[in-house]
Amino acid sequence: MEDNVILRIGAKILIPFILLFALYVQFHGDYGPGGGFQAGVIFAAAFILYALIFGVDTAKRVLPLRFVWFCGALGVWIFAGVGVVTLVLGGEFLNYNVLRHDPEHGQELGILLVELGVFTTVFGVMVAIFYMFAARRQVR
Amino acid sequence: MLAVTALALLKLRNLFAVAMLAGIYSLLSAGLFTALDAVDVAFTEAAVGAGISTILVLGTLALVGHEQKKSTRSSVIPLLVVLVTGSILVYGTFDMPPYGDPGNPAHHHVAPHYLEESAHEIGIPNVVTSVLASYRGYDTMGETTVIFTAMVGVLLLMGGVRKRATSEMASGPASGPSDQELDGEPHQQPDGEEDPDGG
Repeated sequence: MEDNVILRIGAKILIPFILLFALYVQFHGDYGPGGGFQAGVIFAAAFILYALIFGVDTAKRVLPLRFVWFCGALGVWIFAGVGVVTLVLGGEFLNYNVLRHDPEHGQELGILLVELGVFTTVFGVMVAIFYMFAARRQVR
Repeated sequence: MLAVTALALLKLRNLFAVAMLAGIYSLLSAGLFTALDAVDVAFTEAAVGAGISTILVLGTLALVGHEQKKSTRSSVIPLLVVLVTGSILVYGTFDMPPYGDPGNPAHHHVAPHYLEESAHEIGIPNVVTSVLASYRGYDTMGETTVIFTAMVGVLLLMGGVRKRATSEMASGPASGPSDQELDGEPHQQPDGEEDPDGG
């Protein structure tokens, strides 16, 4: 698909907006529908579109496979890490009240961090799985 | 609409069309969820069911070919199994509380507490987010771990490790999986302590 001008230009125009929309969904999850999971999927979809149009090897130069794997693991430890931090600060595991002096602010901060963890894992895993399917195709 | 799509899915032998129809099926379900006021679920269904999974199915089709093989076996026994299972499931739904009844158990256990207290216990307007991320934080963490595990599973089954194993044939086949454990597990212990600097 690398020679198709319409697809190339269309993807170039669309990808920034897809990324921006993913971030909107991520940070607006507290107020409207959406959250880490959906945002991660949309963010990954932008990179998958890039890989489909410009080739997987180009995409891997932007986003190396090792980095995507790392993201997949990183998100889980951000999540678990928040839990450990709340334990250290004297609350129960994942009780965000203790993160700040005001329980409400603590909850907001905790939810933000935890959603960030979900986002990172989902994004990493989706792109990683896509890369692996694509790499398999090249072997054949 | 859903039933028509499902029947078309059964009839078609061209797997490319089946993948597209499955995406359409997901999109229709997303519309159904929106009609039921479950926008978060609809959002997820549209993003995952109609988006990512269609792409992954197409990726698989590129590996295995587009046409479904004609089955030679008789389909009587599978049909019987499906009919019996289906009727047991339908029988099971008779015990379910009626749809939309305010007296349903689901509306009386913890849901009222979440709906009424979320605003000043958590302080964010979207109750779905506060339930997912805070009240049911353990579940969401489990989900995140499940997704991570899915990646490790696909990693073990498909390309990644095998390619490295062939390129590092001298160091032996066991090097692949152990590398992966280095990527995933041992990070968790030390990093949990480091997080206060980041947060």
